[in-house]
Amino acid sequence: MKLLRPFLLAAAILLSQLAGAATVQPRLSVVASFSILGDIVANVGGDRVAVVSLVGPDQDAHVFQPAPDHIKTVARAKLVVVNGLGFEGWMERVVQAAGYRGEIVVASKGIAVRDRVEQEHGGEAEHHDKNDPHAWQNPANIVVYTRNIIAALSRLDPASAALYQRNGDAYIAKLNALDNWAMQQFAQFPDAKRKVITSHDAFEYFGAHYHVQFLAAQGVSTDSEPSARDVADLIRQIRREKIRAIFMENMSNPKLLQQISQEAGVTLGVKLYADALSQADGPAPTYLRLMRYNIEQILVQLKLN
Amino acid sequence: MMLLHEVLQWLIGPFQEFSFMRRALVATLALSLSSAPLGVLLTLRRMSLFGDALSHAVLPGVAAGFIFFGLSLPALSIGGFIAGVIVVTLAGLVSRHTELKEDASLAAVYVVALALGVILISGHGTQLDLLHILFGNVLGVDTQGLLLVAGVSSLSVVLMAALYRGLLLESFDPSFLASSGGRGTLYQQLFLMLVVMNLVASFQTLGTLMAVGLMMLPAVSSRLWHDSLPAQLLNSSVQAALAGYAGLMFSYYASVPSGPVIIVCAGGLYFLSLMFAPRGWLPRLLRRPHLRA
Repeated sequence: MKLLRPFLLAAAILLSQLAGAATVQPRLSVVASFSILGDIVANVGGDRVAVVSLVGPDQDAHVFQPAPDHIKTVARAKLVVVNGLGFEGWMERVVQAAGYRGEIVVASKGIAVRDRVEQEHGGEAEHHDKNDPHAWQNPANIVVYTRNIIAALSRLDPASAALYQRNGDAYIAKLNALDNWAMQQFAQFPDAKRKVITSHDAFEYFGAHYHVQFLAAQGVSTDSEPSARDVADLIRQIRREKIRAIFMENMSNPKLLQQISQEAGVTLGVKLYADALSQADGPAPTYLRLMRYNIEQILVQLKLN
Repeated sequence: MMLLHEVLQWLIGPFQEFSFMRRALVATLALSLSSAPLGVLLTLRRMSLFGDALSHAVLPGVAAGFIFFGLSLPALSIGGFIAGVIVVTLAGLVSRHTELKEDASLAAVYVVALALGVILISGHGTQLDLLHILFGNVLGVDTQGLLLVAGVSSLSVVLMAALYRGLLLESFDPSFLASSGGRGTLYQQLFLMLVVMNLVASFQTLGTLMAVGLMMLPAVSSRLWHDSLPAQLLNSSVQAALAGYAGLMFSYYASVPSGPVIIVCAGGLYFLSLMFAPRGWLPRLLRRPHLRA
């Protein structure tokens, strides 16, 4: 018995430490590539997970430049979540620079990928060689995103798998409710009236899901330049089809669109949030609020058509 | 008669139908009137790459404008203008008081300005591409932008006329002007300020490529046509206006981006000048036998 005592003591100490560790176990640090994705991860992870979004609210992922801070964050992360579909061209370099060796979850894995539709230029055929990354504009895709994130978090942290599943299911229920509500709202309008113009062609998934036709003032990338013919054709189209719904996106150059709306005699809608959440005090601080806000604004303008 | 009518319709139809085409044309013509002659004076001083450098040098001012006033175009452009003037003044002072030539000191100062701008923007934690927002598109010129370009262009023409003699002396023979008691530095600074003003105004309304291209290309090719400076100034304006009109027509009928195609048209005129202008390649080739004999 005397011989055993030190062992028992050591075992007791070890056990108590393990128990202590379980109660104050640090939260899993997860990095999401941009704010919308970060919001979804936070919803699934709850308070077990600390999420950092590399491209924050109101920032443009198309022109993102990683800073040392971002690299440090990735280096410390246990999990990296990206959208995929070519949205984060810079991610590979960041991961390499950070020496990150963990799993990189592609949240969009398993969705029905749509091609980006480029504007026709003269006799050229439309290009279908690139995927459109803006899949989050369809809430049904976010259900898939959520499932992918539940699976990834559960692999990493099996002890909390039940919690992730519960959180995820609750979130999916909210997504479905949003989707049903939106479907009902859009059903008020005949298909022919569902036409909207934006400055940034980021609503391909949204349009396909809700049968809203989005006409672009500029191509899919923020920096492509239109020709005078593109602009003239667009103005003629607005006049011919009597479109009244026209939107600016939250970060592209608004001047050209203002000109077009003035010339075609339509009123400008407010900004839609395409690629980023707003700040916490803005109208779109979470994904669910963002979608609801966008849909409400589009509905307001569709009533003018 | 029918044919004539159709040709006329083809030539002016786009401008009749669309006001954005009219605005684009007017902005381009206003720019031709002031920027191209300024470009001629820049080439005289061997500062042909000035415009390009300046499009980067405005960044710290643009960033400061954004930090204090948010995303307002006037604040961004005024900030850009101030930054441009500071960069130009510093470069001018350096070249006056040291061994460095104007272009060398400008190259040094503008890189520092660009770096400061990048630091300012990243320190403010925004990833917005401010220059992208500041730099406009010729098809998106609004009434405000049109007034800006017209105002700047009128002011430039008037000032250029008033300063013409001093500018000339200062460009060709700074030491003479200095020895005869002239205020060379003043002329130089006023002139460079005019250039900055023109560039910033046209960056905002038309974009960098067009601003710099319409300033420099006609200026360079006009030197192939005439010996006298007044003729060169006039020629550069006419070439810029031609390129602007032709470019807009191409952009409309062939569906190519307007800014670049206007510059390509100016480039085409440059090529023609290289070939056929009195001081170009072909006339020289033809003259050579006479020289030998």
